[in-house]
Amino acid sequence: MKLITAIIRTFKLDEVRDALAGAGVNGLTVTEVKGYGRQKGHTELYRGAEYVVDFLPKLKIEAVVSDALLEAALEAIQSSARTDKVGDGKIFVTAVEAVIRIRTGEIDDDAI
Amino acid sequence: MNHVHALTKRLASPLALVLGALLVFASNTQAQSETAPAETAVTATAAEAAIPTEAVAEPATPASTVDVAAPVADKGDTAWILVCTAIVIFMTLPGLGLFYGGLVRSKNMLSILMQCFVVFSLVVVLWTLYGYSLAFTTGNAFFGGGDRLLMKGLTASSNGATFSKGVVIPELAFFAFQAAFAAITCALIVGAFAERAKFAAVLVFTVLWFTFAYTPMAHMVWFFAGPDAYTSAEAATAANATAGYLFQKGALDFAGGTVVHINAAIAGLVGAYMIGKRVGYGRESMKPHNLTFTMAGASMLWVGWFGFNAGSALEANGSAALAFANTLVAPAAAVLAWTLGEWVTKGKPSMLGAASGAVAGLVAITPAGGFVGLGGALIIGAVGGFACLWGVTGLKRLMGADDALDVFGVHGIGGIVGALLTGVFAAPSLGGSGIWDYVANDVVPEYSIGGQVLIQATGVGVTLLWSGIVALIAFKIADLLVGLRVSQEQEREGLDISSHGEAAYDH
Repeated sequence: MKLITAIIRTFKLDEVRDALAGAGVNGLTVTEVKGYGRQKGHTELYRGAEYVVDFLPKLKIEAVVSDALLEAALEAIQSSARTDKVGDGKIFVTAVEAVIRIRTGEIDDDAI
Repeated sequence: MNHVHALTKRLASPLALVLGALLVFASNTQAQSETAPAETAVTATAAEAAIPTEAVAEPATPASTVDVAAPVADKGDTAWILVCTAIVIFMTLPGLGLFYGGLVRSKNMLSILMQCFVVFSLVVVLWTLYGYSLAFTTGNAFFGGGDRLLMKGLTASSNGATFSKGVVIPELAFFAFQAAFAAITCALIVGAFAERAKFAAVLVFTVLWFTFAYTPMAHMVWFFAGPDAYTSAEAATAANATAGYLFQKGALDFAGGTVVHINAAIAGLVGAYMIGKRVGYGRESMKPHNLTFTMAGASMLWVGWFGFNAGSALEANGSAALAFANTLVAPAAAVLAWTLGEWVTKGKPSMLGAASGAVAGLVAITPAGGFVGLGGALIIGAVGGFACLWGVTGLKRLMGADDALDVFGVHGIGGIVGALLTGVFAAPSLGGSGIWDYVANDVVPEYSIGGQVLIQATGVGVTLLWSGIVALIAFKIADLLVGLRVSQEQEREGLDISSHGEAAYDH
């Protein structure tokens, strides 16, 4: 099992969600985040005060998938979140040791 | 000719007229009401077209009983001033509160609203107890007297003068109208030291500054004996001797460019220097937390300003309509000026810039009110817009003070520009109303633009000095009594929680 953590553009959420659903991923957690990477921030001007905004709003999505689904899920995110411009985000994959469904007590792949 | 001229200059300030009327009535406090038939100058002269002229006499001395009815307040005038009073109150609560509140960080939202709310209420109470008397009764050239202390003798039947002979309004309406002015002036100041001042210090300062800067400035600029006192050259000289210092000099201030805006702005600037910069100023982001509030607040200020400026005519007449129209067009020109200036120099036209431009234009047109024509108003607005844009950028950097919400940049610069340009555009040759001579009941034929601008500059200088010095002392005293600012920890946490124990938002 793998945890997919992807940072995507805020307006790409619906497309990514649809693509993941199409790939068989049936659960997702979304968080509003701010951060920076290669994409530059912007300046904001309030009367005489100028502020450089380095941290841009992005969305962080997290999904745990079985090893069998991993490739398809990554492909789904990549294709749906891409605009070909700096700032499209990143995907991180980490190993997950255990998953438990709280209601039934099912574990691992059955619990995903 | 000469003295008539000099005297006419003094007559100019409209509010002063009202005050003057009040004076007349103040003297008969006990006898209140029933303004007895005035035997004096029952000028039937239709000099001021549309304005019935009868003398407002002193009830106590019913001289020869010429059968002239005592002036009765016109229902239209009364209704107008009461409505104006209510919308001027709306300027502070919530107008100014939202305009300022949107500009602070979210952790200080309630503190700024609270300061506006409590300063407003505090000043209204002080105004009732003694402020009105100190500002608008006969005293010396700088302070009024005690005729209306604790509202002595002020009843529903007391009348006050307007700017027309024989025309009166209920003195209570004038009292309330002016209370709203005093309150917003004191509330304006808090923007300069927003986000770090100790609440108790704000209150101590307000009591002192209101007493020793606001009331004397209002007296100096606006107090005079009222038009009915000006029956002859000799009477005019005598009446002038009882007027406020700047009124005697002939300074024109229709609705409070000096008394309200410059007065508050310099006090705020002194406060910003004395309280010091906000923690992290210049290094951390202090961006406004909600410019939607700021836009809404600025718009409320604009609407309320019709009461502020047009109401300062004290009658529902042509002068009020002129001030109303000027209050419409000057800010519009200022919005365009600020927006254009920002677009050209900074690259983007901002909503905050447009809202700030509106306030700048409103401030600039305040002293000009019913003295200038529409063309003059457009120019005053545009110049005010550009000047205040500089006030919050170039000048602000030069001064180096953390005037958090640009009280001086907008109200100080806008007020000074407006006060000086009033001297220019009040000229009849430039479409202005000139200076009214209550003895001749006509506009003074000659008008010296240079001379009037010099007088206006004197008014600006006196205001800056007087208010600045009083503010310095008042902050010093507040510092000794309660301390001026909160601890660094409390400032970091935000004044909403640390000073008031509540939060504007759940995050």
